[in-house]
Amino acid sequence: MLAFILRRLFQSLLVMLSVALIAFAMFRFVGDPVNQLVSLDTPQAQVEQIRRSLGLDDPVIVQFFRYIYNAARLEFGVSYQFRLPVISLLGDRAPATLELAFMSALFSLLVGIPMGVYTALKRDSWLAKILQAVSLIGISLPTFLIGILLIYLFSVTLGLLPSFGRGEVVKIGNWWTTGLLTVSGLKALILPSITLGLFQMTLIMRLVRAEMLEVLRADYIKFARARGLRTRTVNFGHALKNTLVPVITIAGLQLGSIIAFAIITETVFQWPGMGLLFLRAVQNVDIPIMAAYLMLISFLFVSINLIVDLLYAAVDPRLRATIGAH
Amino acid sequence: MTVPVLSVRDLTVEFVTRRGTLRALDKISFDIARGEVLGVVGESGAGKSVTGSAIIGLIDPPGRIAGGEVVLSGERVDNRPPEAMRRIRGKRIGMIFQDPLTSLNPLYRVGEQLIETIRTHTSLNAAEARKRAIALLDEVGIPAPDRRIDGYPHEFSGGMRQRVVIALALCAEPEFIIADEPTTALDVSVQAQIIALIKRLCSERGTSVMLVTHDMGVIAETADRVAVMYAGRIAEIGPVRDVVKDPLHPYAKGLMGAIPSIEGDADRLVQIPGSMPRLSAIPRGCAFNPRCAQAFARCHVERPELTRVGDRQVACHLYDQPKAEIAA
Repeated sequence: MLAFILRRLFQSLLVMLSVALIAFAMFRFVGDPVNQLVSLDTPQAQVEQIRRSLGLDDPVIVQFFRYIYNAARLEFGVSYQFRLPVISLLGDRAPATLELAFMSALFSLLVGIPMGVYTALKRDSWLAKILQAVSLIGISLPTFLIGILLIYLFSVTLGLLPSFGRGEVVKIGNWWTTGLLTVSGLKALILPSITLGLFQMTLIMRLVRAEMLEVLRADYIKFARARGLRTRTVNFGHALKNTLVPVITIAGLQLGSIIAFAIITETVFQWPGMGLLFLRAVQNVDIPIMAAYLMLISFLFVSINLIVDLLYAAVDPRLRATIGAH
Repeated sequence: MTVPVLSVRDLTVEFVTRRGTLRALDKISFDIARGEVLGVVGESGAGKSVTGSAIIGLIDPPGRIAGGEVVLSGERVDNRPPEAMRRIRGKRIGMIFQDPLTSLNPLYRVGEQLIETIRTHTSLNAAEARKRAIALLDEVGIPAPDRRIDGYPHEFSGGMRQRVVIALALCAEPEFIIADEPTTALDVSVQAQIIALIKRLCSERGTSVMLVTHDMGVIAETADRVAVMYAGRIAEIGPVRDVVKDPLHPYAKGLMGAIPSIEGDADRLVQIPGSMPRLSAIPRGCAFNPRCAQAFARCHVERPELTRVGDRQVACHLYDQPKAEIAA
C-alpha cells in the first residue's frame, strides 16, 4: 500500500514538472517579459539591467529550475496588471472559488445520486421518465445559458436571489473568507452553485442510473434476493455500494473540472473568484497569473486523482489486494 | 401419504415480448417428497432454471407466472404478496446458483453476508449469528472458519466460494433447496466434492433438493427421482434407476443414449437429430414430434399429458392409449 502511494506520488511529481515546463514556456513564447515591464523610451542599458536583475539572461535550464524552485515556495512572481504578488491575488480569491465548487459538488452529489437510484429502481414510473428527459436538457444546455435563465427567473422576475457577487462574507483566520455564515452570502451561493453543478448533477444521475441497472442484473443481487434479504438491504446495501465504485472516480475527477471550469459561471455571476481573475489575466496578457493558475489547477487535478485512487481502494477490497501485492 | 414438501401444479411461465408471448414453462406438474432429491435435466432453454426461479418467486419482468400453483408443505405460496414471499426465500426455500464467482457480493466479507442472512431470518443477535456463521462454514468444509469468516470472496477459490454459497443457502435451515447447476462452473475435480457435500448436508437435515444439472452422472449418483424437461414441458419423470436405465420417452431415450459409458460397446454415441425448437416456434401437438423417429399422426395434433406408467409418468402418445382403444 505504501509502495503504491509512493509510486503514485512520484507519477504526480512528473505530471507537475511537465505542467511547470508548459507554464514556464508561456513566459518565453508569449513575448519578452521585459517588454511588458518597460516602456518604449526606456534606455537600452536600463532594459539590460532589468533583464539581468530578473535573471533572464541566464541559460534557459537555469531559469526553469529557478522557476520551479520559486513555484515550490509558492512564489509565482508579480502580476503585470495589479503590480501585486500573484500568490496573494490568487489566495484572496481562492476561498470564493473553492466554496462555490464545493457547494456545486455537494449539490450535484446530493441530488444526482438519489435521482440516479430512483430512476434505476423505478425506471417505468412516469417521474423517472420525466427526470430522464429533464436530465437530457441539463446535460446539453451550456452553463452560461443556464446561469442567465436562472438569473432571469429568480433575480429579475421573482426578485428572490441576488444576481451577482458573493454577498456578505466573514473572515476566518488570515486567509479565508466565507459566505457560508451570513444569510446574504448563502443566498448569493444558491444560483451559481446550481448553475455550476447542474451539468455534473445530470452526469452523476445518468451514471448512477446506468451503473445501478448494471449491478441490479448481477448474480450476487439475484442471490441476495434469493436469500430473502429485505428489498431495502438489497437495493441500498448491496447494489448501491457496488454502484458507487465507479461513481467515486467520476465525481472526484469532476470536482477538478468544477474548479477549473468555474470560469464561465464566475463570469456570469461576477463571482469574485480565481476564474474571473484568470479571465481578466487572459484579456490583459498577464502571464504570471495565467501560469500560476495553470499550475494551481493541475495541482488540484493531480491531488484529487491521488485521493480518488486511495478512496477506490478503501471501497473495493479486491483493489486493496492488488495494490497491496504490487 | 404425507404431504410433499413441494408440489407444483400446472405451472406456466410466460415472457411478454414485442414479438408476442413466449411460453417458457407450459403446465408442468411434479412433487418432491421430504428428504427427496429430484434431478432436473434437459437441454439449455428447456425451462430448468425458469422452474427454479418461478418456485422461489424471482421471475423478473417481462416474465410472469401465468397460471398454476406452487404449494410448499401444503401451503400455496405463488400468490403471496412480495413481502411474504421474501420471508419464505432463504428461510424455507434455499437457492444455490451456478457460478460461485459471481454469486457473492465482492464488496462484503463472507461473514457479513452470512450474518446478514442469518439475522434476516432468525432472532439471533450479532454475536450469536457470527458463532452460527462460523459453525456453518466449518460444516461446509472451510478450513480455519473463525479466520476465513473475515475474508472477502475474492480470497476464496471457486470451490471454496461454492461452499460459502451452500452455507448461505442452508443458514436458515430451509426445508427445500433449489440447486441450479451448482457444479457447472467448477473445476471437474471439485464437482464431486460439492455434490457430495450438498447431498450429505441435505440428508442430515432431511432437506429436499431440486437439482438442476446437465450432468447425467451427477443425477445418477445423487438423485432419487429425475425429471426430463423438453421445451418447457416435462417429458418423463420417475425413479432414477428406471429413467436412466430404461427411459420410455423417445427424447429421454435419446438423452440417456448420449451418455458415454465405459463398458458400453457402442462406437458412436446416439445423437438426436435436429435441435430444440425456439420458444416462439413450438410445434402443435407433442413439442418433440419433428425430431421423433416414432412420431405418428396423433403426435402432430394432440399434446400428450403426463400418464402414469408403473412408478413413473411419461408424456408420450406411445404410452397413453386412447380410451376408445382400451374399451375395444
